[in-house]
Amino acid sequence: MSDALLPLLVALPLLGAVLAVAAGLASERAAAAVTTLVLAAQTGLAGWLGSQAVLDGPLSVGVGGFAAPYGIELVVDGLSAAVLVLVAVVSLAVLAFVAEDDPGGTAFYVQYLLLVTGLSGMAVTGDVFNLYVFLEITGLATYALVASAGTGRSAVSALKYLLFGTVAASLYLLGVGYALMATGTLNMADLATELAAAGYDSPLVLASFGFIVVGLATKTALFPLHTWQPDAYADAPDSVSALIAALVSTVAAYALLRLIYTVYTPAFFEAVPVARDALVAFAAVSIVVGSVLAVTQSEIKRMLAYSSVSQYGLVVVGLAIGTPAAVFGAVVHLLGHAMMKGGLFVAAGAVADLTGARTVDEYAGLADRFPVLGGASAVLMLAMVGVPPAVGFAGKWYIALGAVRAGAWPVAVVIFASTLLTLAYFALLVERMFVAPASESVLAATDGGRDGDGDTDAFGPSPPPASRPSRRALALVVGAAVVAIVLGVVVTDLGTALEPTIDTLLSP
Amino acid sequence: MIELLTTKYTYLVVVALLGIGAYVMIESDNFVKKIIGMNIFQTGIFVFFISSAFHTAGRSPVVQSGGGGGPFVSPLPQVLILTAIVVGVSLTAVALGLVVRIYERYGTINERTLEEVRADE
Repeated sequence: MSDALLPLLVALPLLGAVLAVAAGLASERAAAAVTTLVLAAQTGLAGWLGSQAVLDGPLSVGVGGFAAPYGIELVVDGLSAAVLVLVAVVSLAVLAFVAEDDPGGTAFYVQYLLLVTGLSGMAVTGDVFNLYVFLEITGLATYALVASAGTGRSAVSALKYLLFGTVAASLYLLGVGYALMATGTLNMADLATELAAAGYDSPLVLASFGFIVVGLATKTALFPLHTWQPDAYADAPDSVSALIAALVSTVAAYALLRLIYTVYTPAFFEAVPVARDALVAFAAVSIVVGSVLAVTQSEIKRMLAYSSVSQYGLVVVGLAIGTPAAVFGAVVHLLGHAMMKGGLFVAAGAVADLTGARTVDEYAGLADRFPVLGGASAVLMLAMVGVPPAVGFAGKWYIALGAVRAGAWPVAVVIFASTLLTLAYFALLVERMFVAPASESVLAATDGGRDGDGDTDAFGPSPPPASRPSRRALALVVGAAVVAIVLGVVVTDLGTALEPTIDTLLSP
Repeated sequence: MIELLTTKYTYLVVVALLGIGAYVMIESDNFVKKIIGMNIFQTGIFVFFISSAFHTAGRSPVVQSGGGGGPFVSPLPQVLILTAIVVGVSLTAVALGLVVRIYERYGTINERTLEEVRADE
């Protein structure tokens, strides 16, 4: 019964986007209201179907009555359920900040719903070509949202993102082409058996793996394929930065996990150990270089963006090592990073709205003036560093545990070093916020006025300075901090819920 | 070698298109030319899929009543590429829209000139 409702996870936001266009003809507020309603319904649906999938085992349906492997299959297992719920909840939560932060316009809400369509589609599809289509829907919506800041700078960043993103998706498509030539099928579950039959050392299979991994790693923004990402995050409107930093790369990393374990299966890594070693090395370099680049940034949003390069390196290391603990750690870190980074980007947006502060130095003295906002941001930063009991600690712990059990000692050392480097840039920021004397922009904001703060790209109207943070932004940042800690505390329950899924994924 | 050229020449076209597309995207300073390069790159992948569907003496895959009539060319890659072409058109439209925005703001579509303009900001 609930199987038949799976297509709604994609159809609901898609229809909602059309409805938002219609409602937008009446007024912009109507479009916003439709978006909120649709995302609330999507959250309910994702939660209900997700709990069914976790309790009663995977749900699946062949779209249009065509049975798999010929038709397109939609599948929800424990892992995709977690990603679906994350997408729905975060997009609904960030919508509250959209209304606060940027007057979006009808087009903005339509793109927002299309982005949710693409991300949900990537999470539920069981077909590799269908995944390509959703990857491109996600991409198109994201490029438009980045450019919705209306500045020239954001248009340049969006174009750069578009060129990178298109080549990445094209490489993924090329990989799908090789897999299709080797097997004649596109269904993920069917590919798993057919690829084994074709032989894992066949050049077609190896080429398809290489192209798919490079394509998805570019979408995930691993070093050195990350260069689109800091510009896109830094120049997008603040609410869009929060949304895409929390979701877009996360779902790309999920797709990588899904392809490696559902399509290529652990047996591929057994047969071609060099593929695993290369992926681990690639991700380990990303961890270190991402952190080092983050330390050298002075602008907050760019620092957070480079921090993501490093954190996704951790996730990919976990899934490449492939012991149950490491894969579980990768999933926990994927979900936890989305919450923490989303919350930090909302905090950065709220601070910029309040004071105009966008650099590390301008953050000086912030916590004295805005104790709740500063405190919650500091909690999120320390959670990201990996201070127990927050979720950042749980994810890193399981990944490191998996690495040690697999005998990959150098990886465990890299994870420890990355924790120190993460501490280096977040501790600096926390020190600025809590200890350093207040900067001019912070002083100006609390004195009720603000002089020219060097907004270099002042094409859009700057919001008027407020003397206290908006309730919605504050609620989001505090909420993200609470979730980061609660997720860390209940991580063993999460482990129990996801154990059957991960066991199925890792079974040869 | 000669046999390769006469029977598999479409794959050489694929390699050439991918190479030319990537080169134009990297080398050209002009944003519109970069987008053209992106299109050439994607076309290379389209030709790759269509070549893979080819079957010597294959017919269009319309099965007569009563069956038989093969061999057929594979219809699947062609359907996939139809979708991919639509995706490519949408991407080109969004990319050109962004170039229009960049031209309105900065008065140039040249990457180097843009860097100079932005350095002066």
